[in-house]
Amino acid sequence: MAHYELTMPIDEAAARRLRVNDTVTLQRTLYGIRDATQIHLFDRGRTTRFDLAGHAVIHTAPNVRKVPVDAANPAGYAPVCIGTTTSDRMERFTEPLMARYGVRIIVGKGGLRDASAKAFREHGGVYLAIVGGTAALETTWIEAIEDVDLDDLNPESLWKFRIRDFGPLLVAMDSAGGSLYDAVRDDAAARRAKVLASLGVRS
Amino acid sequence: MTFRIETGAVEDASRELYIRALKMLPPDIKEGFAGLAARETDATAQRVLGTMIANIGVAEARDNLLCQDTGLPIYNVEIGRGVAVDGVALKAAIRRGCERATREYPLRSSVVHPLTRHNEHTSCGIDMPVIHVDFVDAEDTLKVTMIPKGSGSENNSFLKMAIPAEGVDAIKTFVVDCVLAAGGKTCPPTIVGVGIGGTSDHCVALAKRAATRALGTHCADADGAALEAELTRAVNALGVGPQGLGGDATAFAVHIELAATHITMNPVAVNMQCHSARRASATFTPAGVAYGY
Repeated sequence: MAHYELTMPIDEAAARRLRVNDTVTLQRTLYGIRDATQIHLFDRGRTTRFDLAGHAVIHTAPNVRKVPVDAANPAGYAPVCIGTTTSDRMERFTEPLMARYGVRIIVGKGGLRDASAKAFREHGGVYLAIVGGTAALETTWIEAIEDVDLDDLNPESLWKFRIRDFGPLLVAMDSAGGSLYDAVRDDAAARRAKVLASLGVRS
Repeated sequence: MTFRIETGAVEDASRELYIRALKMLPPDIKEGFAGLAARETDATAQRVLGTMIANIGVAEARDNLLCQDTGLPIYNVEIGRGVAVDGVALKAAIRRGCERATREYPLRSSVVHPLTRHNEHTSCGIDMPVIHVDFVDAEDTLKVTMIPKGSGSENNSFLKMAIPAEGVDAIKTFVVDCVLAAGGKTCPPTIVGVGIGGTSDHCVALAKRAATRALGTHCADADGAALEAELTRAVNALGVGPQGLGGDATAFAVHIELAATHITMNPVAVNMQCHSARRASATFTPAGVAYGY
């Protein structure tokens, strides 16, 4: 259980070094993506001018305030509250995010499933668990909204955040096939019969 | 005597309530967190609960929203005796208040047309916000409770039209299996709302009422209350834990609401509320408006 400070972007070796139960703090850059962002990128043939190679993306759609463009707010948006959404809905986008765009890290909550685990194994990537529903805290790790693309999808635009000390986050799925979610799900399934018996349910 | 409600005041309160609900957790939920943290035996779960509790403090200190999900806006209106109000104007006022909160704060509008996915950036749309109106036995009182319902928990909503031969066992098994299926997707620890009985639509509405009830309150029916305690112990023995990362604290509580049902039916519905179990209320009396939870 090691702790890593990762200044983004990273290479494949750095991603493959991470193991379940390690912790990670991200520095410099984080991209925000969501359902509609990925539906448009992967189902509707749209593209982004951002280079996501080696980067981390977070499953999010932020609360923002429109402001005049200046040094502090180069995209014309000030962060209000930026948090994390449930990753499971975006399971099928992990593979193309990694294969086409070279993304190395997905930050989310609630976990991803087998197709994502396979993508992490094949391409070299990890899933980092953030504590969902703690957006007030998360917002303090974001210095600025540096840029935005696909903004017709607002709030589900493709956001570029400048971050500092973003974490600690928990490595919950790794490139060696490890998944805390699988472990917890298997353990819970094993407890099911005993729990139902304690409720007097006849099997 | 008649207590007349001015809808302009309701509009202002509806705006205020949305913002308040998003920023301040009710005291019963904070107490619920303290109880879960005190009992938790898993080290990762302890850290996760600690982060959730820290976040409540950061939101209050920085006057910020607890969670970025502004949810689907629900307004529950309870009208007491002796109250005179134009119902059509009241519903329009609530909608305007919801729109103003979204535009003026500004909040992320999480509401889209269900087919075109067009976002009006007002948190409003066709038949949205959800507005429920009911009547209560209280003199000169009108209460509006606002609940921003997060989608992570709402996406894990379930209905089973079980049959009488399957008995209460079907209800218990269904609740346990819904909690297992939801895993970490609902942002646990949750309030697991269970509706039992009624018609299919009523059963689902009861589950929502149960999921959004204050912690520490119990089902009015004695058998329902006993089942709440039994199921609360059961789901917290599954090991799902906060965020689905393992641990004891899977749910603050299981809440149950009941309605009588048909001799051929045994319906059960589950609706969950995430750990950011937000709600805020405004009570109008002749003395003025009082804000609470």
